[in-house]
Amino acid sequence: MGIRTFIEGWPVYRQLTGTDPLGRGAAAQSPRTAELTARTETADSMARSVCPYCAVGCGQRVYVKDGQVTQIEGDEDSPISRGRLCPKGAASKSLVTSPLRQTKVRYRRPYATEWEDLELDVALDMIADRVLAAREETWEDVDSEGRPLNRTLGISSLGGATLDNEENYLIKKLFTAMGALQIENQARI
Amino acid sequence: MAEAHPVGFQWVMEAKRRGAKVFHVDPRFTRTSALADTYLPIRAGTDIALLGGVVRYILENGLDFREYVLSYTNAATIISEEFVDAEEGDGLFSGFNPETGAYDQTSWQYAGQEGESGSMDTSDERDTAAGLRHESHGMPIPGQVLRDESLQHPRCVYQILKRHYARYTPEMVERVCGIPQEKFLELARAWTENSGRERTGALVYSVGWTQHSVGVQYIRTGAIIQTLLGNIGRPGGGVMALRGHASIQGSTDIPTLFNLLPGYLPMPHHAKHPTFDEWADSIHHPGQKGFWGNARAYCASLLKAYWGDAATPENDFCYGYMPRMTGDHGTYQQVLNMIDGKVKGYFLLGQNPAVGSAHGRAQRLGMANLDWLVVRDLFMIESATFWRNGPEVETGEITPEQCRTEVFFLPAASHVEKEGTFTQTQRMLQWREKAVEPPGDARSELWFFYHLGRKLREKLARSEKRRDRALLDLAWDYPTQGPLAEPSAEAVLREINGFDVATGRPLGGFTEARADGSTAVGCWIYSGVYADGVNQAARRKSRHEQNWVAGEWGWAWPSNRRTLYNRASADPDGRPWSERKKYIWWDEEKGEWTGYDVPDFEKTKPPSYRPKAGTSGPEGIAGDDPFVMQADGKAWLYAPSGVVDGPLPTHYEPAESPMRNPLYRQQANPSRKVYPDAINSVNPSPPEEQAQIFPYVFTVSRLTEHHTAGGMSRMVRPLAELQPEMFVEVSPELAAEVGLTHLGWAHLITGRAAIEAKVLVTDRLTPLRVEGRVIHQVWLPYHFGYEGLVTGDSANDLIGITLDPNVLIQESKVGTCDVRPGRRPTGRALREMVEDYQRRAFMSPDRHAPVVTPPDPGTSDAS
Ligand code: SF4
Repeated sequence: MGIRTFIEGWPVYRQLTGTDPLGRGAAAQSPRTAELTARTETADSMARSVCPYCAVGCGQRVYVKDGQVTQIEGDEDSPISRGRLCPKGAASKSLVTSPLRQTKVRYRRPYATEWEDLELDVALDMIADRVLAAREETWEDVDSEGRPLNRTLGISSLGGATLDNEENYLIKKLFTAMGALQIENQARI
Repeated sequence: MAEAHPVGFQWVMEAKRRGAKVFHVDPRFTRTSALADTYLPIRAGTDIALLGGVVRYILENGLDFREYVLSYTNAATIISEEFVDAEEGDGLFSGFNPETGAYDQTSWQYAGQEGESGSMDTSDERDTAAGLRHESHGMPIPGQVLRDESLQHPRCVYQILKRHYARYTPEMVERVCGIPQEKFLELARAWTENSGRERTGALVYSVGWTQHSVGVQYIRTGAIIQTLLGNIGRPGGGVMALRGHASIQGSTDIPTLFNLLPGYLPMPHHAKHPTFDEWADSIHHPGQKGFWGNARAYCASLLKAYWGDAATPENDFCYGYMPRMTGDHGTYQQVLNMIDGKVKGYFLLGQNPAVGSAHGRAQRLGMANLDWLVVRDLFMIESATFWRNGPEVETGEITPEQCRTEVFFLPAASHVEKEGTFTQTQRMLQWREKAVEPPGDARSELWFFYHLGRKLREKLARSEKRRDRALLDLAWDYPTQGPLAEPSAEAVLREINGFDVATGRPLGGFTEARADGSTAVGCWIYSGVYADGVNQAARRKSRHEQNWVAGEWGWAWPSNRRTLYNRASADPDGRPWSERKKYIWWDEEKGEWTGYDVPDFEKTKPPSYRPKAGTSGPEGIAGDDPFVMQADGKAWLYAPSGVVDGPLPTHYEPAESPMRNPLYRQQANPSRKVYPDAINSVNPSPPEEQAQIFPYVFTVSRLTEHHTAGGMSRMVRPLAELQPEMFVEVSPELAAEVGLTHLGWAHLITGRAAIEAKVLVTDRLTPLRVEGRVIHQVWLPYHFGYEGLVTGDSANDLIGITLDPNVLIQESKVGTCDVRPGRRPTGRALREMVEDYQRRAFMSPDRHAPVVTPPDPGTSDAS
């Protein structure tokens, strides 16, 4: 490295002579930084999304490389958020890529002290059997005056405020057809 | 708002930069207070007294927006002479039945309509949270109403309002709320000065307002002010609810709630709606005015979407399949039923009641008494591990070897691993594209419920039982895609939007819905979201390329309207109230309503239109009646029906309070929903003397860095690091009184539980001087639990179950407690300490605080 390059490498020199008198941009950039490329630039694809936390509904851009989420940024175009995210929204990449996420079905037998593994298909089948059994056991056809009830009070459900409208729609439709009335979510809380 | 809805708060700061004055009312000084012009500390649970003070200030000084009030509200309407105000009834309105603790609304009606509307007994409505139905439309009223346009008639709403709030003086506000009179007057002055033709003021609340035994009436009081000041339906005005979950609005519109069907249609009630006609008529009230008229089409089209080909006009669209309510089937009743062994199985879908619901111990004991539990979540949350890690394991109340609950934990897909719409807090639907496939066994709820339904139908395929027809006839043939056989969310959205059955053409909006079975509509208020076969919720036209209303970003219900009742932004003749506040107006030349938003009015109905006497349906609404979902087209300052605990909001103390109600003998809301169950002990309040056992007030709320029960934040490293510990904020004065040291430990005790927290001594909390006493309030975050990267005791364990009677939401923003220095006891000793408090406060399983307050001992007349 020549003496000239050395001096030009000084941030203060660049700040005084360049286009960045406040030293917040190019003047402060190190060679290492100059060589970095933003993950948003090297991404294979970008999905337009929405923050999963509160109901402000900030726009998100989700960047993906090799099938993995590599970055989540605020959506500059959004009239709600103008590109901004709060600490939660900004942490949503850590949320979706968290090593603590459970990715396998876990099963706890009655009276057991530990979890076991279970295949997803088997779990779904077992749950279907239990739904039908609970329904049989607690079914009410009519009230004391013979008016229809068509229901079970043996099944409950809680949740929906973190889910999609399409999901809530199917949940309500299926439970209603099952005669399961006791469906609730965070809106009650 | 800066704390819990930070990015939304940028608009408040933007307004402040342009000269708006920002007031913040909160028991605790927060990040919002720091940025507000004026901060008003308030005693938790007294908001009606504060807002009632503002109503009085407006009326006594004649500061209402008179032209707006006369034309657009029911201020001039004359009320029945049978009506007796709570001011004369020592806290009880006329029609109260002490046996049921509920009101007969006959005497609250408009004059001349006493026999025709209202409810004779609102206890059924309370049990079924019927108030929620009015999220999309008001209650019906029959016929023409008597009015006095001079507002002088002693029984007109304006005069009743004036009398009702006459005692809510600045002195009374100070006595009840602990807010100094000058601060109150500063607020009242600024609010009224900033309203009228040229200016509008906004009222923003977070849904902590709903978590009170008088929650709905809090919001009603805010709405009364905004209506009197002409701040509804106009730009920069409104009453804005900031909701706390990404699609909590959507899960109310397309409700996973026991008492509602999509679009706020009521779930049928066994006695009131035995037939389709009775159900549909109960919604549209034949012969009445307003947009109720089309309800039959929404009912028929919903059933058509549910049961497809099987649903025909001849079989009442399979109405006979619908389950029926008989009373309260809400989440708290369910939990008590779990403890009693009546519930066999429980699904938890991205919700964590072990931490997030009131009375955590009851929640966990309920879950420990199920046959089976399905938990679908991203993380291993407390509600999945209560049987091994819950606090009751330590106290010996749950032993894994004796706990029979079979638990299935099924990992869920995250928001980037599926596509679909969220509805944010301003009713706007935004479509999310899918970025990646879910990992391992993780699946969307769409996948889980579609395939669960498929399996149930396969297993029942040969069933002859009548009860199984509803499942077998269900329209359940969604196309699936990809290696995981994921159902198409877009196909579901199309069904929600509705389509013409014969051609499959998506409907353009709910006005195209029919009652003859020719249309199927999954949620009528969302109709139009898939108009022209285009996913309107996926629109992403940049804010730089459209006007400030940004109507081409996402899609808002109904009909993409961004501001509801926006006809009110023009004067009765259809002209903007002012150039500055121009929004929607009548274009005389074109003969239509136009403006920056989609008009919330029939497009070509001129301002001069007057219905002929006796006209029903939308044609019955005049051209200068902007509130088209109300049967009289008016905003209701006084609500003759629809609100079960009184036609006007009035101050009651919280169910647990250290103070006697300064206004009435009646201490707390007389029609609040109570559960006199052994596990649900409510702390005594005045006039009961043992109230002093729990001398302090606690309130809870959110931190920016965490999210509700913590299931999406305590498991996330950056967020866990930012707020790593459970803590309690106390004032220096209380710390000195109790002997607490900063960064030391304290424990808090209620009739339900004792929890511990690190102490943060701070003047963000201020002792309030009320009625010559000092009231200390403490504050806790409610995000902590026993799983995740950071753990701590749960604030919700402290809270009992007392509900608002309109919507059955619990009072969890205020309660009483004792505070002691040091850590709480552990093991069996923990329960013994709580039981000791219960004994000292005379709280036995069979003794419950009276709902109607008896006369104070030692006084002959409490008034
Ligand atoms: S980024 Fe923050 S403010 Fe925006 S939606 Fe997410 S949680 Fe809410």
